[in-house]
This record gives sequence, structure tokens and C-alpha cells, in this order.
Amino acid sequence: MVKKMKNKKYEEITEKHKPNEHRGKNCLVAFLIGGLIGGLGEILIELYIMWFHISQSQASTYMIITLIFLACLCTALGFFDKWVTFARCGLLIPITGFAHSMQSASLEYKTEGLVYGIGSNAFKLAGTVIVYGVVSAWSFGMIRLLIGGGAV
Amino acid sequence: MIKILYSFLFCGLICVIAQLILDNTKLTPGHITSIFVVIGSFLDTFSIYDKIVEIVGGGAMVPITSFGHQLIHGGLASAVSFGPLGIIMGMFSLTASGISAAIIFSFFFTLIFKPKN
Repeated sequence: MVKKMKNKKYEEITEKHKPNEHRGKNCLVAFLIGGLIGGLGEILIELYIMWFHISQSQASTYMIITLIFLACLCTALGFFDKWVTFARCGLLIPITGFAHSMQSASLEYKTEGLVYGIGSNAFKLAGTVIVYGVVSAWSFGMIRLLIGGGAV
Repeated sequence: MIKILYSFLFCGLICVIAQLILDNTKLTPGHITSIFVVIGSFLDTFSIYDKIVEIVGGGAMVPITSFGHQLIHGGLASAVSFGPLGIIMGMFSLTASGISAAIIFSFFFTLIFKPKN
């Protein structure tokens, strides 16, 4: 009982002395950067449709590949990490975060060789997204098939 | 033109929700991206995300939620002709381009560039 009380008091004290992280500013930065990337995506789609005369779905595929290319290149050149520490979720939640996690993991383990370094560690951080995406998509897809009949 | 504004607002809103979760809980970015993928595939279970994509356009394709949406969308599209097995067969049919591109670019850039710490 006494120990519990002590733990509670300790937590209260640490909560009080936590550094103030400027949450409002963090949110504003995340909103602006994330919004800019979303806007850039839509602008790219419209440009690709105008330039190459392709369908909406093809253009959005090209747009995603372009964003992944840019994120990988900026991570490999070394300045994407600074942007991520500044913008946090503004860059991690768009598809750039997926590309950044793959690129940084494979760069980090490059010294361990091609197979056991790059090959086995490329999905170290990005693997969670794929695993939970596939598991949830399969479960929800089965529910949709059983309840709704399945037509998209 | 109005779609660009909608894209800006929608993508920014999702990033703000993620940032709020990151700041106010002990979850790491890895947890948050996993949660958002699950949310995306849940929203597409009853075609809500499809309507968002119709209204918002590219801004709804950019966040990681669209990854879950595309997984279940490809699975259900192929389930029309193959039944329950189709969900497994067609799951990666739409997202394959993004994953393959990420693997190819990251592999070649890793060969070319040196890690900087």
C-alpha cells in the first residue's frame, strides 16, 4: 500500500517536471507540412493527367511513386532526418514516412552486408505497416463478404 | 482547383490527429502508423473511404490510411470473381506499385550513398 502511494506520488512529480513540448506549435507544423504534401499529391495528379493524358488511377499511382522517390532520395542524401525531427507526424503519416523508414533502415545496416544487412533489415520498421495492414484488410474483407455480399 | 484545398485540409487533419496521439500518449510513430493503416482498412469496409477519395482526390491517397484502403479494395475487387480466396489473391494488386517502388529505390540508393551520422 505504501509502495503504491509512493509510486503514485513519484508519477505526479515527474508529470509536473516534464519539459513543456509546445504541443500547439507541434500540431500547427504537422498540419501545415502534412497538408502541403497532400496538396502536392493532388497537384501532381492533375499535372500528370494534363501532361500524359492518362486516367485518374494511373496518375495517382505515378504520384505515389514520385513521392516515394523523393523521400528515398532526400533520406539517402541525409537531410530528411532533420525535417522529420522538425515536422514529426507531418512527414511520418504520409507515404513519405513509409519510404523514409525503409531507406533509413537499409542505410543503417548497410555495413552488415548485402544479404544480412540490407536484405533482412529493409522491412525492420516498415514491416509493421504491412503486417497489420494485411491482417486487418483480410479480417475486414471477410466481414464485408459475409455481411455485405462483397461487391465494391 | 477546389480539390487541392480539400487535399491540403484532409491530409493536414490526419497529420494533426497523429501528432496529438504522439504528444499525449506513450505510443511511438510505429504504433501510430499501424493504427492508421487499420483505421483506413476499417473505413473502407463499408466504402466510406471510397467516398472520401472521390471528394478529396489526391490528398486522401497520400496518408498511410490509403494503404489499408487499397489493400482491402484490391482484395474485394478480386473477391467478386474468385470468392473468399480472392481477398488473399488480390490484396496487393493496388499497393504493389508503392511497395515495389519503395524497395527498388531504397535498394539502389543504399548501394550508391553512404550512411551519414
